[in-house]
Amino acid sequence: MRFEIAGVDMRIDDALEIISLTNPGMVRSHNEDSVACDAACGLVVLADGMGGYNAGEVASGIAVSVVATEICQRLQEANPIDRDEASGDELGVALLRDNIRKANLSIYQAAQSQPQYSGMGTTIVAGLFYDNSVVAGHVGDSRMYRLRDGVLETITRDHSLLQEQIDSGMISIEDARQSKNKNLVTRAVGIDADVEPEIHVHEVRIGDIYLLCSDGLNDMVEDEDIQSTLYAMQGNLPLAVDQLIQLANDNGGRDNVSVILVKVKGEFAASRGWLAKLLNWFGK
Amino acid sequence: MAAKLILSMDGAVLKEYPLNKERMTIGRKAHNDIVIDNLAISGEHAAIVTILHDSFLEDLDSTNGLEVNGVQTKKHFLQNNDLIEIGKYKLKYLNDQVSQTNAADFEKTMVLRAPVRPEAPAGEIKLSQTQVNPSMAAEIEKTGRFGMQPPAAPVAEVEASPAAQPAATAPQVAAPQAAVVQILTGPNAGKELELVKNLTTLGKPGVQVAVLTRRPHGFFITHVEGAVHPSVNGQTLGDQPHPLQDHDVIELAGIKMEFYFKG
Repeated sequence: MRFEIAGVDMRIDDALEIISLTNPGMVRSHNEDSVACDAACGLVVLADGMGGYNAGEVASGIAVSVVATEICQRLQEANPIDRDEASGDELGVALLRDNIRKANLSIYQAAQSQPQYSGMGTTIVAGLFYDNSVVAGHVGDSRMYRLRDGVLETITRDHSLLQEQIDSGMISIEDARQSKNKNLVTRAVGIDADVEPEIHVHEVRIGDIYLLCSDGLNDMVEDEDIQSTLYAMQGNLPLAVDQLIQLANDNGGRDNVSVILVKVKGEFAASRGWLAKLLNWFGK
Repeated sequence: MAAKLILSMDGAVLKEYPLNKERMTIGRKAHNDIVIDNLAISGEHAAIVTILHDSFLEDLDSTNGLEVNGVQTKKHFLQNNDLIEIGKYKLKYLNDQVSQTNAADFEKTMVLRAPVRPEAPAGEIKLSQTQVNPSMAAEIEKTGRFGMQPPAAPVAEVEASPAAQPAATAPQVAAPQAAVVQILTGPNAGKELELVKNLTTLGKPGVQVAVLTRRPHGFFITHVEGAVHPSVNGQTLGDQPHPLQDHDVIELAGIKMEFYFKG
């Protein structure tokens, strides 16, 4: 027997379609980007590492695995809409913030204790989807975009010198493309003993597509081309991911390029109260 | 190496000024960094603000104004080889930073240590290369959101943008020859679509879509979604991009169109 109950939403992994791809680009020999996606807990994480030898991929690897493992483990028994006692925030928000800081400390300590990792760091951008919203957290210049009703918007703001110049009115967005000061981030994970991740909660709608990317995409591909690609290929995300990376590489591919796409296919309101939980449990 | 300005008049080079300060002023009075003692020049005529590798020129409400590359301007983001004209004097801006640095190194993301945050231990702050104005580099916590132009309105049948957009991103990639798709059948028969964008959508998302992509080595057609795969010269396409040849005939959802190179 199967219950059909109004208001009981899709499971998160049925409500989201997630595709990711990372590519070293046309110039670099190794890939310092890392990505992780966990559909069951609605989490996507992308990091762009920096540092000599292989320290960049070590830093981005630590960041992605700490954030992904810790959050998904915690959400197996906890509900992200509960209150976090320590901060008073929603648990989902607190988990993302705390675990980016935890990753920061792990990288920082590894860099302190092992000379070959000295000075390594990474950007990070992560999205935790639950209760018809996404918690977006980021540090540095890896971005999250949203395509809604055919319009692409950045929903993170780079922690970069160039973004600060744009904000202060010193340089226009058009001129910024010509700047030689790209790639200077003002915040990074693992560089100092602590870091302040920027966290915002956005409501999601069915049909939205979220794009997380390293600067290897948005430095090489115009936002307009990203927009037209996502719009045209919204029905075929694996193709869209390939096309975005191909665009970056056709334009020179000077950096590693990583892309995660998340498409919202249905509602995923969190279950509240014991009845909903029980019904949801039966629903599985 | 810092960027520099070369001052000249009537083709004769007078002096060279490295832009080694965050703010340098140009004017007639002696306290300016670049003094041009001529009555056509205001006391404080203009300033150049340099942040790492970028320099910005600003008119300080001068009487006679200034021109960059022949255009009157108040504020200008200087590019290598820009020519600033003040009265009879010319200042050439040279910034060959990129060509002097290993290009691969230059692309690498670097951390610019946040200047003087209250909780940061004072001794630890390392700024790369130049001092950055603290007010500018101040941490910003506002919600990031800058909108972009609305997309071209989705058109049901066949969609293409009318105007080529200037390729503003740094790399100038050799574009393939200009190409056109001409519709042969249906209500829009005879219409031409110039393939001026990197990606041209045929069809409507959610129903039936194929895309024409422009790549450095040619044009490709790819099936995206929908029940019917397009065909080229009668051959139904698979899921892979298919390279287009001159005068190929594409059929999509009952409409035939011809691809050809222009000129």
